[in-house]
Amino acid sequence: MSAREEVLGRIRSALRDAPEAPQVPRDYRTTSARNEEELIEQLVERLEDYKATAHVLTLEQVPAHLAKLLAGQGRYAVPQGLNAAFFADLDTDDEDGARRIVDGVPSWLTAEQLDAVDAVVTGSAVAIAETGTIILNAGADQGRRIITLVPDRHICLIKSKDIVGILPEALPRLDAALPQTWISGPSATSDIELERVEGVHGPRTLDVVIVRP
Amino acid sequence: MSNTFLGMPSLPVFGTGNLFEREPFPEFAHRELQDGQLRANLGHATRTIRQKRLSVVAELPDWEALRSAGSAIKESVMARLPELLEEFEANFTARGGTIHWARDGNEANEIVSSLIKATGETEVVKVKSMATQEIGLNEFLDEQGISAFETDLAELIVQLDHDKPSHILVPAIHKNRTQVRDIFLREMEDVDPELSNKPAELAAAARGHLRRKFLSAKVAVSGANFALADTGTLAVVESEGNGRMCLTLPETLITVMGIEKLLPSWQDLEVFMQLLPRSSTGERMNPYTSLWTGVAENDGPQNVHLVLMDNGRSAALADLHGRSALHCIRCSACVNVCPVYERTGGHAYGSTYPGPIGAILSPLLTGITAEENNSLPYASSLCGACYDACPVKINIPEILVHLRGEDVDSKRGTAKIPTQIDIGMKAASWALSSGKNLGLVEKTLPLGRLVAGSDKKITQLPGIAAGWTQSRDLPAPPKKSFRQWWNKEHQPPQKDADNPKPGQGADS
Repeated sequence: MSAREEVLGRIRSALRDAPEAPQVPRDYRTTSARNEEELIEQLVERLEDYKATAHVLTLEQVPAHLAKLLAGQGRYAVPQGLNAAFFADLDTDDEDGARRIVDGVPSWLTAEQLDAVDAVVTGSAVAIAETGTIILNAGADQGRRIITLVPDRHICLIKSKDIVGILPEALPRLDAALPQTWISGPSATSDIELERVEGVHGPRTLDVVIVRP
Repeated sequence: MSNTFLGMPSLPVFGTGNLFEREPFPEFAHRELQDGQLRANLGHATRTIRQKRLSVVAELPDWEALRSAGSAIKESVMARLPELLEEFEANFTARGGTIHWARDGNEANEIVSSLIKATGETEVVKVKSMATQEIGLNEFLDEQGISAFETDLAELIVQLDHDKPSHILVPAIHKNRTQVRDIFLREMEDVDPELSNKPAELAAAARGHLRRKFLSAKVAVSGANFALADTGTLAVVESEGNGRMCLTLPETLITVMGIEKLLPSWQDLEVFMQLLPRSSTGERMNPYTSLWTGVAENDGPQNVHLVLMDNGRSAALADLHGRSALHCIRCSACVNVCPVYERTGGHAYGSTYPGPIGAILSPLLTGITAEENNSLPYASSLCGACYDACPVKINIPEILVHLRGEDVDSKRGTAKIPTQIDIGMKAASWALSSGKNLGLVEKTLPLGRLVAGSDKKITQLPGIAAGWTQSRDLPAPPKKSFRQWWNKEHQPPQKDADNPKPGQGADS
């Protein structure tokens, strides 16, 4: 008998009493009553609680603000699908134009290449205000998982319309078939005396740029 | 007997690996209690985490509704386990993942080892995983000439110190910052000799130590927190980013997971990803959660394996009164609130799983008669704090009592000479079988008073009862029993109060 058959057989034997699967009482909150302003306010508060930096901007302010955030930094990576117009102010400032490295066809960046950049700028799929969580779902403006992992700083853009109040509102917006990374603040650990300190293996600095239309 | 029909394997088939007590809990605990530093470290850490958990749980108006949903979802997983496993397998496989089944820890170790050997690599990076701790994978791989590097900070501390984990979530909880600094200075090559004991500096040292390993690793081994049957998705919940490194950078990813970790649907994450972070680290959400479904083209490992492991879980499932222990999501909330754990620490439990959940899960996976695991269900005062804290409402005290019964039953009739407990139970059974018998026993109360002496304390009881007086005194028995007192105070009303009938006052 194969291990598969044997394990499944053992489980069926264990369930000889034929227990009935209970109805799941889903009496928890599935929607939140906050409006967009309240959602932004809560998201900012929760992100700052995690020692992330939050910036609330209008769409027109993004290029100038990104230029400011990336001033003094070396090279930065972006996924191919991220709106190039966001970097308009940087392109004019750029002397050699080589600071921005694009991950995508035909050149996928390696871990070594990403280790040599100072920052990565991406979009995101959805954000959850209550928990201060940003979710990446392999969208074209979010890129492959590796690009938001190896660089030491992650600048993440989130559209205000993509902010939801609570987790149950976020899940239907996601595609389970594609890889996901849920990010709640910069990397951290509580492994020494259960005291939280930020900055371990993932990006040690997280900037979240909330973009209003 | 009826278990063998239709070619079904007979149960139970118990688990192997790091699930056993090598000596009885009381003996190990007694030694650990002498360690003042250990008690101080544990007291500080568990107090901190209890406070954090309470404050983030209090934020949610629907916490109890989430617990009820979580409990019901897990109960339905157990009821539907075979079909859900098959559904998960079909979905995970359809997206390019490969599933392996393991009857026990030894088989799981063999599978992982042969998968690593097939890549030609001799080093792997590891994400913290209870399943691989349970089966002793690192030690097994070491014998096969494969080095496994733990990358979670606490696991790294334990591995560098050649120690054993003592907590589900924070395996190095028994070490304080200064001890961690000393371990790093002693065991880490190229560490700054001026390293301080600040947690932030220690975390930075771990980052530096592991960076090259991550960037060059070809094979990673992980566990999984959840597996979603309807989408074929696996989830790893973590904080440091070491999990993301292992799940993203290598070419080959091998995940080892117990069969009970399934959830029926993608939607169920909305329950468990609220319950788990708040119960474990006391955070609204943990810094990183990774989800993957088989292989993603051009994104992450292209050679993705999952080992689905029984290792005693079917045996636990066969125990009608104990099966809900398999609902456990390894948050460690029960460990952090347990007054016994807080004093003895995790090593006293012997098994990979310490604390209240370990005291039920270990004997359920191994059988109550295995080695010294029959002492584990007694490692509790049955105060019930674990049940209150459990995010999926596992009634741990009830299962502890059930397993104590199993333990007693397993010994029944095996000893030729009746034990002190047998004699005591027989005596109690006689004494409590009638008011008359009990009255006779109560007549011996003055004897107890005599033993207690003038300070009215009994400081040492004989035989097995000595355990009771080992750390406390027994107060002298009262002059008379309650029943004697009651009869005196509540003389039946009589017309002729001056002439009470003899014998009617005391029932003897």
